[in-house]
Amino acid sequence: MKILVTAKRVTDPYSKIVLKPDRSGIQTDNVEFKMNPFCEIAVEEALRLVDAAGGGEIIVVAVGDEEATKEVRTALAMGADRGYLIEADESKLDSDIVARLLVALVAKESPDLVMLGKQAIDGDNNQVAQLTAEYLGWPQATFAYKVELTDGGKGAKVQREVDGGVETVQVSLPAVVTTDLRLNEPRYASLPGIMKAKKKPLETLTPADLGVDTALKVETVGFEPPPSRAAGVKVKTVDELIEKLATEAKAI
Amino acid sequence: MADILVLAEQQLGKLAKASLHAIGAAKILAEKTGGTFEIAVAGQGVAGVAAQLAGFGAAGVVALEHDALAQYTAQAYAQAFGNYAKASGARFVVTAATSIGKDCAPRIAARLGAGMAADIISIEGAAGALVYRRPMWAGNVIAHVKVNTPTVVVSVRPTDFPAAEATGTASLVQSQAASVDAGSLRMQYVGLEKVESSRPSLTDASVVVSGGRGLKEPANFALVEKLADTLGGAVGASRAVVDSGWVPNDWQVGQTGKVVAPKLYIAVGISGAIQHLAGMKGSRTIVAINKDADAPIFQVADYGLVADLFGVVPELTDKLAARKG
Ligand SMILES: Cc1cc2nc3c(=O)[nH]c(=O)nc-3n(C[C@H](O)[C@H](O)[C@H](O)COP(=O)(O)OP(=O)(O)OC[C@H]3O[C@@H](n4cnc5c(N)ncnc54)[C@H](O)[C@@H]3O)c2cc1C
Ligand SMILES: Nc1ncnc2c1ncn2[C@@H]1O[C@H](COP(=O)(O)O)[C@@H](O)[C@H]1O
Repeated sequence: MKILVTAKRVTDPYSKIVLKPDRSGIQTDNVEFKMNPFCEIAVEEALRLVDAAGGGEIIVVAVGDEEATKEVRTALAMGADRGYLIEADESKLDSDIVARLLVALVAKESPDLVMLGKQAIDGDNNQVAQLTAEYLGWPQATFAYKVELTDGGKGAKVQREVDGGVETVQVSLPAVVTTDLRLNEPRYASLPGIMKAKKKPLETLTPADLGVDTALKVETVGFEPPPSRAAGVKVKTVDELIEKLATEAKAI
Repeated sequence: MADILVLAEQQLGKLAKASLHAIGAAKILAEKTGGTFEIAVAGQGVAGVAAQLAGFGAAGVVALEHDALAQYTAQAYAQAFGNYAKASGARFVVTAATSIGKDCAPRIAARLGAGMAADIISIEGAAGALVYRRPMWAGNVIAHVKVNTPTVVVSVRPTDFPAAEATGTASLVQSQAASVDAGSLRMQYVGLEKVESSRPSLTDASVVVSGGRGLKEPANFALVEKLADTLGGAVGASRAVVDSGWVPNDWQVGQTGKVVAPKLYIAVGISGAIQHLAGMKGSRTIVAINKDADAPIFQVADYGLVADLFGVVPELTDKLAARKG
């Protein structure tokens, strides 16, 4: 079983994100960066699936600036075998470019599975995996809650978190899967893992190396802060709450 | 044909309410571009759903029929909708950002060579220079995006666009065989473990009561459910309690769960992490019940009650029930 998995570098989900005063982007001083939480889940699942399949190889990729090498190394420290950094200016990427870079890497590596996060928690686009799957003409199982290999590793049965419940789909491999929050609890990289990761192969490529055109289909042209809610009041008792809801808010 | 194609969502012959908001967005787009819109629905035996869509002012409604569309799968639906969009020459494809919309729309964009603006909350600017507003970073930032391709796909956040209302004039409704290459499909729907509930659905309800880790243990979640039932509302939850398996996954409200905007949202024992706020801060009136006066949920609450939930939630439920008489 050969699995291609992503490790996108994103702002820490628990950092407070605010716009720069000139609104050109977010303030990054005092903001930590780390691997997208959904990618951590994807790396963990890849490790478990390779185990379940009785062996294989996990290749991890990040698209971003050189700093994103750290996230590739983290995935290698968790247990992935080899890594790629596709060097690109983060501010000049859209989902479609990332998807086509992954498609090019798939052509080079021929994995059985491509595992991604369901969304990157910075852009919240939820697109890259689906674009990748369509370009490849592959089946997909997004928002995975449980993944089981079937047919001696030729297929996968995936339970998915959807509106209204949990849906099960059967896909034949190769396929694209995206992870949801409850698929697993990602392991931490161990110290020996971190030491070993330093020696694992990590290749840097550019979009040009992969023959991918980087003209933006979707372009961010500006930012604004979200609308703020007027400060509310504290009520002292349940009676006061009911009275306010009935007369002031007219909500009951 | 129409410049704008709305993809309506149905499951087992039932139209998704979110699709009415997608039609609402298409109407806004049609006003801005001076164009018309058409509605497509895909499935097997969906003429009935198509007929229900006749009164919304569309230039036409088309039912795309195929055996392979009996149940939703991403591959087959992307082919049916994508191929129809291509043949119709639509320049805009609009869908709701539901779990199906999120799953399928990017594949359609890939088929059309289109750029896609996901989960948009408004459409700004004039024809030729349209700008879409969409939340990023769990709603901490609103981005303005433009799409540079001749064909554009957008998924719209249902809470931010009005539901279309029937106009009275009936659109022409047609059925045709969907263009699906059945031999290329490598995925099958197996089943759905549906969360059965007599309550209104989370995304449609006018009242939502959500519970968090402050409830301490699963059995106590009944306090939240009872309050919701007294108000005729839906029940939501924070990620923490969904992860713990107390309640179904699809009750999660937030950045990576459902986005809700009811008239009244009551958060019980929820701290108000940014990821939770991302899913509910568009609610009209927000009530927070939390024993920690510094909990961030109070920063978005119109009415905050700093108290032990185990005392005040039953009291609130009883008093609201008594008021109803
Ligand atoms: C990638 C990612 C995605 C996420 N997506 C989501 C999402 O979509 N939705 C979401 O909700 N979260 C999401 N989270 C998780 C989020 O960051 C928080 O961890 C979560 O919302 C906390 O849940 P909680 O408020 O129930 O628990 P806690 O933060 O533990 O809060 C419990 C609250 O209960 C109060 N309390 C305790 N006892 C009582 C009592 N007796 N009476 C009254 N109050 C009491 C406490 O004061 C506290 O404020 C995500 C996190 C990540 C990293
Ligand atoms: N720059 C990137 N590098 C690596 N993987 C990425 C990148 N951007 C997106 N992805 C993957 O695509 C998933 C969906 O991202 P998005 O569509 O941007 O929300 C993420 O969870 C990652 O798995």
